[in-house]
Amino acid sequence: MTVEAPNKNGMTIIASKGTLDWAFPPFIVGSTAAAMGKEVTIFFTFYGLGLLLKDLSGLRVSPQGNPAMPMKMPFGPQWLQKIDFAPKIPNIMWNVPGMELFATNMMKKTMKKNNIATIEELRDVCLEMGVKLIACEMTIGMFGYTREDFIDGIEYAGAATYLGIAQDSNHDLFI
Amino acid sequence: MAQHTLDATGLNCPMPILKAKQALAKMNAKEILEVTCTDKGSTKDFIAFCHQTGNTLLSHEENDNQFIFNIEKIA
Repeated sequence: MTVEAPNKNGMTIIASKGTLDWAFPPFIVGSTAAAMGKEVTIFFTFYGLGLLLKDLSGLRVSPQGNPAMPMKMPFGPQWLQKIDFAPKIPNIMWNVPGMELFATNMMKKTMKKNNIATIEELRDVCLEMGVKLIACEMTIGMFGYTREDFIDGIEYAGAATYLGIAQDSNHDLFI
Repeated sequence: MAQHTLDATGLNCPMPILKAKQALAKMNAKEILEVTCTDKGSTKDFIAFCHQTGNTLLSHEENDNQFIFNIEKIA
């Protein structure tokens, strides 16, 4: 008796983080994999669920507890833009009200200057390319969202659905 | 000669690849797409993209920080 190897051309990704910086990897890797011919499914759970909201204005980034994040000026003279302020600012400073918003605005300016695609753009491309975006039903209930809060074109399911799809995948990432 | 052109200059990873994929989807087999971009990682990315998708990378060159790729759509 011969067992035929299943044609595993799928890629599954769990997106579990909801900050502006961590919003990029699932959409970038997912859309690129779809462009390269893979059948991609991204399962958004816990804080990752926020990446499927219609309104993404709440996406933020914080240097709080993240000493690896460079803090460079996105504008001004070249010599100033080269300075990394991160090692010069004590981490406790990021506790000051307003600093998180400041860091988020700086990050957004830096991205815009470098012509990085926005999360909205990358998410749209994912949908255009047929990437399946699944919202974790359990998290929706837990965080008190309703389906009206989310963009069109996504699916709603739970862990078993994800695992069923992952079975046919040869590429599985937890982000 | 390329029948189709795509200007992806100024765009960063992964947009040139995604735009190229979308352009290829609208083309007929054996037609050629010329992509111009400025993304420094694009040479390796387009080689990998063509290898994976089966499209033929006819040529790639670098001119003045511009990267130009000629891709023949898979039959």
